[in-house]
Amino acid sequence: MQTFNKGAIVEDHLCINLYKTMYLIRRAEEKIQEYYPDDEMKTPMHMSMGEEAIVAGVCHALSPDDQVLGTYRSHALYLAKTGETDRFFSEMYGKAEGCARGKAGSMHLSAPEQGLLCCSAIVASSIPVALGTAFANKYKQNAKKVAVFFGDGALDAGVFWESLNFACLKKLPILFVCEDNGFAVHTRREHRQGYVSINDVVSKFNCNAFQEDTTDAEVIYNVSRAAMRALEENDGPCFLRFRYYRYLEHVGINEDFDAGYRSRSEYLQWREKDPLTVLKSKLLFKGVGMEELAVMESEIEAKILKSIELAKKAPLATTSELQQGVYQCE
Amino acid sequence: MRVISYCEALNEAMMQEMERDSTVFVYGIGVPDHKRIFGTTSGILERFGPERCFDTPIAEDSMTGLGLGAAINGLRPIHVHIRVDFLLLAMNQLANMISCYRYASGGKFGVPIVIRAVVGRGWGQGFQHSKSMHGTFAHVPGLKVILPTSPVDAKGLLTAAIRDDDPVLAIEHRWLYWQVGEVPEEPFATPLGKARVVRPGDDLTIVATSWLNVEADHAASILSKRGIGIEIVDPRTITPLDEDTIITSVAKTGRCLVADNDWTYCGFGSEIAALVSEKCFDSLKSPVTRIGFANTPCPTARHLENAFYPNAETIVRKVEKMLDLEPTDLTDEVFYSHERRFKGPF
Repeated sequence: MQTFNKGAIVEDHLCINLYKTMYLIRRAEEKIQEYYPDDEMKTPMHMSMGEEAIVAGVCHALSPDDQVLGTYRSHALYLAKTGETDRFFSEMYGKAEGCARGKAGSMHLSAPEQGLLCCSAIVASSIPVALGTAFANKYKQNAKKVAVFFGDGALDAGVFWESLNFACLKKLPILFVCEDNGFAVHTRREHRQGYVSINDVVSKFNCNAFQEDTTDAEVIYNVSRAAMRALEENDGPCFLRFRYYRYLEHVGINEDFDAGYRSRSEYLQWREKDPLTVLKSKLLFKGVGMEELAVMESEIEAKILKSIELAKKAPLATTSELQQGVYQCE
Repeated sequence: MRVISYCEALNEAMMQEMERDSTVFVYGIGVPDHKRIFGTTSGILERFGPERCFDTPIAEDSMTGLGLGAAINGLRPIHVHIRVDFLLLAMNQLANMISCYRYASGGKFGVPIVIRAVVGRGWGQGFQHSKSMHGTFAHVPGLKVILPTSPVDAKGLLTAAIRDDDPVLAIEHRWLYWQVGEVPEEPFATPLGKARVVRPGDDLTIVATSWLNVEADHAASILSKRGIGIEIVDPRTITPLDEDTIITSVAKTGRCLVADNDWTYCGFGSEIAALVSEKCFDSLKSPVTRIGFANTPCPTARHLENAFYPNAETIVRKVEKMLDLEPTDLTDEVFYSHERRFKGPF
């Protein structure tokens, strides 16, 4: 928790942790790219590549007890919130040891014990669930906060506005985090939205709106901390918007710059400020050694590979698992 | 024993459960207003305060998601809709989120939410204020659906629903709100998934839901004068469904009429017809027959509305056909008319 900013050590510790989280996410997804063609992970992959700084920055600003909810594009969120890869890969491989016993797959990751309550493949539909979570936290006066992550496509959905309205009305402790990649699937913002700035609109509600045009996870962390302070002081919701660029196709592990709706040059401009590159340069500048970084990276690498091996070897759930968990006590 | 109305029984169930368990709260459009959802939420605001009893924006989708979020975080929400039709705005949260949450969490986390929704009928309610839709809700795995008919069941089943760790939809016909009956004062839960034999008989089984229990009972009284013994089975909850009581009854009578307060096409009546055909085939003396709403939107004009809904007369005529009887003379029979309770204008 960085409420003061006196020594470089504290700051470096934060940046190292942010980098570790982002490296874990990036390499886990690169491994998915490597193994997905084997067709053993039979689940539609919506890849997070490019958005790592947002979840890393926001999740590190949260306390471990705080809660998050996400979308079908939540590999990054799961890994940032839990830091674990065994149940993650087992879920991808549809195994009984997966975080949802293989029933949820890539699109519906969850780890309720660690505060990741749900991820939904219906755009915007986890937003009101976060609203209810914030309501419960306020009802129980447990001081927990909840952050709900969604894309800019969710801004087009009525339930986002319903939820924003109610959160403002009831002064609920919730962070609305818009991961804005400018596309709803393949449709650009200018074909969907009848306003220029979402933050301007949201500011008209009783809500603190933040945005920062950056791919620097440390900056995002600091904005998130500021939002959380505002949330505590003003007793009401905050809206955070961060832009990023989706490196890969909407669903799948490949690039799609030949599809005609966006260009490689657009991507290459964003790639120059890739969140991992940005933070790695920062760490080196701050004096973290290349060797130290290499050790961290190889530890993460080994952890991922071990989880993949475990997942591949793990048994499938028995077919009777199909009927389990629809209702209580089955 | 003390006699109270169905409406008072619902109110008492919520009051007693809120007294017992501080995680229970009730909310929805109009819940604390001066009408108090036909009186079912009377006194709750005064007793438990605005934190546990509150109005909402007209935003069924998000307010249902709110219930889900609250339920997975240790609360027990009761969300009230003054019409089932309004609940349809929340089908995404119902069928994509709430119903799947336990399954999607690998069975770890349930959703203890109760959604009460009122079926409107009579005096020009029309096609957007009269649906029941319980068959549609029951079609979705993960949801439970209850249809209390009597005051004692209104209290017992709603109490059980509030204590249940799964999402429960309570579909309440508003004409039943004025039914009165004996109801114990102390809190009690009636287990979900147990049908009730409302009336014993040997000649024909009527499986009736919701308001059609009232009509079936009237029809059975008319037919009893001719010596026909009708057994009425009220499933009370359609998910979970007490198949055994239905099967036992039809195995005894050999005939089954399903009187369902909903559209027949692809409806709960079809489900019972299939069940009975599969499990009682050798006992059946005639085909299973269904009655329900006409397969149209509900019209507003009174004479068309009367043709839309089945009633005791419809049931009598169906039973006569099934038993190959001459038609009963019904000229002196007085059938239920809402007009006697409520005269316009609105």
